[in-house]
Amino acid sequence: MPAIEYAGTSVEVNDEGFLLQSDSWTREIAEAIAAEVGIGPLTEKHWQVIEFCRQDAAEQGQPPGLRRISKLSGINMKELYQLFPKGPGKLAARVSGLPKPQGCI
Amino acid sequence: MTTAVAEPEPTTTTPPQIETPAPEPIRAVSLILSKGSLDMAYPGLIMANGARMTGIEANLFFTFWGLDIITEKRLDHLHTPTVGNPSMPIPTMLGGLPGMEALTSKFMKKRMDELEIPPVREMLEILSDSGAQLYACRMAMDMFGLTEKNLVPQISGVLTVMDFWDMAAGSQVIFI
Repeated sequence: MPAIEYAGTSVEVNDEGFLLQSDSWTREIAEAIAAEVGIGPLTEKHWQVIEFCRQDAAEQGQPPGLRRISKLSGINMKELYQLFPKGPGKLAARVSGLPKPQGCI
Repeated sequence: MTTAVAEPEPTTTTPPQIETPAPEPIRAVSLILSKGSLDMAYPGLIMANGARMTGIEANLFFTFWGLDIITEKRLDHLHTPTVGNPSMPIPTMLGGLPGMEALTSKFMKKRMDELEIPPVREMLEILSDSGAQLYACRMAMDMFGLTEKNLVPQISGVLTVMDFWDMAAGSQVIFI
């Protein structure tokens, strides 16, 4: 598995760029991934999504799907697409240092 | 004066290296939804939504019975066919009994609710919020005597078939 340096820290990622260890995630890494995928710098609303995703994943044992994020994070579906225009389904999880969600909704 | 000398042919030949470029990612999909049963509506709606979730543009063109999916009075009552459906685990003779289709549809909706699959109406809202474009077919609308007032508000427009093909330029087209 390739290792990538984000914000001065070397982390392991899979072929699609998702962190292998969500524990190795930091806010600086989130900013670096966001810059790489062209959505940085992260705004307060991005952080609201990221914090929800990390907390929900810790509680549920899996990253939340997009519908779940839109219903529970306080950021609605329209805004999610504005915040992550290149595909919120995977980008929200990737920036949050979580694996790619397995749900289809 | 110089004389051009042909390069000698190499005596040992190595097999040519074929470079296969990485496949182009899909940029846009256009789905034609032509059926109005529950089991034909969901695949199209979910595939289109999944495309948007991963950053692919999505257009949906509702034609013929597919118009039921976006018709206000019909979309909350889409059915699962129990007759002529080879995947239905009950004999066709039983499937034709009164109330069978309603019962099966109710069961399927309950199961989808348990799996947190949104109802059709919510799927249309999600698709619209995601930036997917929803279009109704002009000819089918005329055929069924429908106007835009009969359709959900998420519809971006009514297109002729020629409009649809122009709109679908450059996208992958999928017929359901």
